[in-house]
Amino acid sequence: MMATQACVRCVVSKTCWVGSLVTLLILSLTLTVQAQVKKVGELEYPPLPDLVIPEPERVVLENGMVVLLMEDHELPLISLSAYIQTGARLESRDKSGIASLTGTVLRTGGTTKQSGDELDEFLEGKAAMIETGIGGSSGSASMSCLKEDFPAVLEVYGDILRTPAFDSEKLKIAKNQMMSGISRQNDDPGGIVSREFKKLVFGDASPYTWVPTYASIQSITRKDVVEWHATYVHPHRMILGLAGDFDKEKAITLLNKVFGDWEKGPAIDDPTAFIQEQVPAGMFYVEKNDMTQAKIAMGHLGMRRDHPEYYSLVIVNQILSGSFGARLFSNIRSKQGLAYDVHGGVGLQWDRPGMAILSMSTKTQTTGEGIDALIAESRKMVTNPPTDEEVANAKEGILNSFVFSVDSPSKVLGKYLTYEYYGYPSTWLKTFRHGIEQVTVAQVRQAAERHLRPQDFAILVVGPREGTKSALAKYQNIEELDIRIPEPPDGA
Amino acid sequence: MRINCRVSSRVACMIVVMVLWSLSVTGVQAQDLGSFEQRVTQHTLKNGWTFILVERPVAPVFSFITRVNVGSAQEGAGQTGLAHMFEHMAIKGTPRIGTKDYQAEQGALVALEDAYQAYQTEKLSRKADPEKVKSLHEIFKQRQGEASQYVIKNEFGDIIEREGGVALNAFTGADVTGYFYSLPANKIELFAYLESERFLQPVFREFYEERDVVMEERRLRTESQPFGRLLEQFVSTAFMAHPYHHPVIGYASDIQTYTMTDAKQFYETHYVPTNMVTAIVGDIQPKTVIPLLEKYFGRIPAGSPPPPIRTVEPVSITEKTVILQDPSQPLYLEGYHKPAATHADQPVYDAIDDILTNGRTSRLFRSLVRDKQIAVSVGAYGAYPGDKYPHVWLAYGVPSRGVSNETIQQALREEFNKLKTQDVSDEELTRFRTRAKAGLLRALNNNLGLAMHMTDYQMLFGDWRELFRYITRFDHVTKKDIRRVAKALFQSTNRVVGMIETVPSPEVAMPASAAKGEGQS
Repeated sequence: MMATQACVRCVVSKTCWVGSLVTLLILSLTLTVQAQVKKVGELEYPPLPDLVIPEPERVVLENGMVVLLMEDHELPLISLSAYIQTGARLESRDKSGIASLTGTVLRTGGTTKQSGDELDEFLEGKAAMIETGIGGSSGSASMSCLKEDFPAVLEVYGDILRTPAFDSEKLKIAKNQMMSGISRQNDDPGGIVSREFKKLVFGDASPYTWVPTYASIQSITRKDVVEWHATYVHPHRMILGLAGDFDKEKAITLLNKVFGDWEKGPAIDDPTAFIQEQVPAGMFYVEKNDMTQAKIAMGHLGMRRDHPEYYSLVIVNQILSGSFGARLFSNIRSKQGLAYDVHGGVGLQWDRPGMAILSMSTKTQTTGEGIDALIAESRKMVTNPPTDEEVANAKEGILNSFVFSVDSPSKVLGKYLTYEYYGYPSTWLKTFRHGIEQVTVAQVRQAAERHLRPQDFAILVVGPREGTKSALAKYQNIEELDIRIPEPPDGA
Repeated sequence: MRINCRVSSRVACMIVVMVLWSLSVTGVQAQDLGSFEQRVTQHTLKNGWTFILVERPVAPVFSFITRVNVGSAQEGAGQTGLAHMFEHMAIKGTPRIGTKDYQAEQGALVALEDAYQAYQTEKLSRKADPEKVKSLHEIFKQRQGEASQYVIKNEFGDIIEREGGVALNAFTGADVTGYFYSLPANKIELFAYLESERFLQPVFREFYEERDVVMEERRLRTESQPFGRLLEQFVSTAFMAHPYHHPVIGYASDIQTYTMTDAKQFYETHYVPTNMVTAIVGDIQPKTVIPLLEKYFGRIPAGSPPPPIRTVEPVSITEKTVILQDPSQPLYLEGYHKPAATHADQPVYDAIDDILTNGRTSRLFRSLVRDKQIAVSVGAYGAYPGDKYPHVWLAYGVPSRGVSNETIQQALREEFNKLKTQDVSDEELTRFRTRAKAGLLRALNNNLGLAMHMTDYQMLFGDWRELFRYITRFDHVTKKDIRRVAKALFQSTNRVVGMIETVPSPEVAMPASAAKGEGQS
């Protein structure tokens, strides 16, 4: 076979003087390589030109609506996105799911001018898109269209935010979807881990951990949804970001036409959502038998981005799990072959603490090894603290890749919108590199020691009882979490 | 639309909708083939490796993708998953990267492979002697330890990320394997060096450790996920003869027994320059890039084209059904066999797919989700598991709480039958064309996405320009075409059904194939 192939090849390339293709391959490699190519460390790179980071223009309409504008004329497209000051963290527990439902039906339920179905046809006919949603700590409304359709699509966008119809049939569909989601919430092991671990870290009384139930969804009426919208969706609670192929003056005129006569709403103070101060250390277990792995997560509360040690923590995270050469990936995946997915770091959020979490999935037989390996890597951040070389590499990687966080105008705009929404200075982006450069090795070590504390970890294992049992035997107090889904009150 | 399901090394299996391109969007004349072509330079090396360079100097960065014309369909029995395993090995380094002492390491790797072969031969023999297996395993573990002392962990990836590289990843599908990342524009020589280096002489270090990682990937995505379990059963039922029938990730027993030698052979057969296409998109100048490509990629010798796949899936003469009894909630899939993506009727299939499943105006959404309210979501995989060979068009419905799979089945078939018997509307046809054209535009402002599309069409049609030409064929799809193709497609003998039927959760762990094997080779 090999001979026949090699011969056929002779006719074509005339280089086939060795019978075996494989031998030829290896021979020619060694010869040419050494003749031409240096080692990677000897490569020299021209300097990257100074980065010019585009800055959006900030305009405040008379009713308090903040608009950031970023022109980008590469393609005849325009996109608009909004942050709305609302979120599921403002829900009461018995109405859990109302924020999300309102966010969905805001768009699907149509406006006082057009039904939801008419909107679908209008938008899809123009290959345009408007979508709305409400998440944990903010609401969003995004729009994308061809340049030529901008005025017409913007008008619809304004109608959706200002005069939504909240059609009851569409609310019924959205509730139906949420109910199905609840019935499926224990099908995916990853979903169980993220829901239950969050509950351990922030506490059961924290709105950040609440999930809709059959009862809460059933209790939500159209009136509730209308009220939610009326409470939170107002121009002074909204930040708009416009990007694309527009003329600034004309765009501002259009925005004023659509939003200018929208009255400022009442001033209300949003309560701060509760988060527990102390995470209960210990071992927690969820039984799930239709898996051939155990999923492991461990950790405690993380930090806010405005913490003075922010930059040090970014570097800690990079060293622990931020790259291919990072500790978790190298030691637990590549060296021990224990997991495909292994991650970790001190979570950093804008206006609340994130979660410090290390996680992995491993076959049930190595559950114990997996738990031990994650704890060991956390401890090693203190006992074998980040070296000069690790810190230098981490900084280099972060600084060299910074260009990718600003490589398109819409990406930059997205960052400015986030700073504006969470009350961060607009200089945040421009000072980031300086912040990273200034961090010392000692600061990195200190940050690791303060903010990754294995002795305080809550540890969660989700997996089959058979197989994980022996691994968990050495832990004295294992709290087993009940994840059964409560039946709906009306039995439906 | 053409869709690829991919197994990638670091991110979850992505379903990437391959957005199609167009010339004739109103006001989009600037993006026609002629003017776009001015920014494109194609360069094929003497060894046959094709490069497509696209100048897009929006920011001082570039992205690239190397697409290799090999996937799991090229694997033989006993070696399923090998294409994907090689993908993992392609970040393990070379004689110059990832080692403290290559000469010594080379010897250690030879000794390691000898030890593994001896162990495995005994273990798989009919009269394996447990004592002997145990001692051979110990020798193997010892050799593994010896080889590992030369390794500089993940140096290949580490260099890229230290120099500012992002999105470093790869994917393997039934038809294709792809490798990609992005770098700051001043690091183009680093790209040329590293990307040629890893395909010139990849070193299979940490092979057996990585095999365990891949086994964990299988447990994560296929065995511990209801949808993963169902899809694996579905695809192996859909194809009786063609190699599309085995999973991209591979069977557990194969992952636990393929060897370094197998992987090397696979590499030598399929990783020949004529089988590879690379697109580089971003702030690059062809006049400086091409000499670098010649210098670095020119080192790779030409090779013989790999043997073609001979097996053709026989025409289906029977409907097939897979029922997975599972503790998870119901789920319904229905697939139909269709020709390869290069078939002249592909634009008609694209129209059918769009009209049935794209957006809130689509027929399946309107019927099942909006009107009957029996499903909470519906959708389709246009090309499962690949599209280079005849494959399956696959629709799915996620039943509402308390609704049976049979109800979903009935509603889907009503819609399929309508396409056979009644013409689609003018609005539906127009919407299909408009959306495809806007899709082109939206795909243009992303370096990596652009590289994906261009290499996809280059590989499938032999010319990236087909991407632009292809969409013009949408204008010629008629209502009659749609009825003709729907009639041929939606036949019971052409059908494969898959569903999850809920049963109580098992009291003990499921007897998955993988749980039995020795993960610790």
